[in-house]
Amino acid sequence: MASLDDLKKRIASVKSTQKITKAMKMVAAAKLRRAQESAERGRPYSDKMNNIILNLSNGISDKENAPKLLSGTGENKVHLCVVMTSDRGLCGGFNSNIIKKAKSYFSKILNEGKQLKIITVGSKGNDQLKRVYGDKIIENISFKESKNANYFDAGKVGRIIIEKFEAGEFDICTIFYNQFKNVITQLPQAQQIIPLNNEEDHNNSDESYEFEPDEDEILSNLLPKNISTQIFKAMLENSASEQGSRMSAMDNATRNAGEMVDKLTIEYNRSRQAAITKELIEIISGAESL
Amino acid sequence: MSEEFKIEIVNPEKSFLVKEDVVEVVVPAFEGEMGILKDHISIISFLKPGIIKVFSKSGDENYYVEDGIIEFKNNNLSILTSTIISVADLDKSKQGDLLKKAESEASKSEISDQAKYLADQKVEVLRSIN
Repeated sequence: MASLDDLKKRIASVKSTQKITKAMKMVAAAKLRRAQESAERGRPYSDKMNNIILNLSNGISDKENAPKLLSGTGENKVHLCVVMTSDRGLCGGFNSNIIKKAKSYFSKILNEGKQLKIITVGSKGNDQLKRVYGDKIIENISFKESKNANYFDAGKVGRIIIEKFEAGEFDICTIFYNQFKNVITQLPQAQQIIPLNNEEDHNNSDESYEFEPDEDEILSNLLPKNISTQIFKAMLENSASEQGSRMSAMDNATRNAGEMVDKLTIEYNRSRQAAITKELIEIISGAESL
Repeated sequence: MSEEFKIEIVNPEKSFLVKEDVVEVVVPAFEGEMGILKDHISIISFLKPGIIKVFSKSGDENYYVEDGIIEFKNNNLSILTSTIISVADLDKSKQGDLLKKAESEASKSEISDQAKYLADQKVEVLRSIN
């Protein structure tokens, strides 16, 4: 059995850990509110962008000559996966959920005999993926310095992707991120951004627009911007999810630490009493033997 | 009949401006300035660097933009832009910073003709604000 001194030390150390996790939870809660707000404020932009592109691609006259970013290269050989994770740990299952989703997608692609290339955004994803898929990672981007997700960073990632696409380095691009649903639930998402997936073609295509200049030119101008917008949206969702996930993880940690302190305190009191009883027995039996 | 329509300007971070009582908007469209009044035909176009002028019942406002897309439909004007600054907020130092950035961009030799044209536009517009 541990000595009284040891128990005392352990209780103190668990208590100080609890203080840290409690503080982290509060910080995450404050950041979460901000991240959630900016995620919500960012939605109109990407929604509207999507809408306009939908209208444009419906109105496009010549489907054959549509920009490649919209229609794809016509091949399906090289897949580029952009895995977006956080730069910091201690946020529960946030990073592992994305990685799990991404890994199952990777093995599917590799089983089909296709080529795989990976870009990681955020250092945690890179750490987890480089052991198994190290040779597939072609780029690792990290925004440790920037405090909040901003459009400038998203533009950088977007430019890298577009450059690689124009150089013919891949055919299909998918991004992986966590969609923020609420503090407890974050849904890992795989979203294909090149070629653009227009599954929900329910739009009222009878809507006629005038285009100035023509559709093709607007589209070729708009599509690169849309890539950055989608990445930005993913970054916003990710940062809200990260904070939410960290908050609930730290909440659990604080609670566990509390339980542990209770258990250790009981053990401490018991062994203290046991020691006292032992001493008493020794004194009494000593007196009796005289 | 009222002559007003609705304008919404959004940038990636937030909804920048929403107004319901707009009478006319002049936007720097790619092929020249374009004035939009109520019941304009549905149109999609994109912007070059310039000044958006918003004339409304509650006062006129000017905004400097570097790029963007506009969509007009059913008397709703949506402008999506990544860089927008109200001219009223654009003081000398900010303007100087932007101008310097645009000038250095325009003086780069290895950029494409279109990028050069856009950078030149920026310089011109920023100088004209004074």
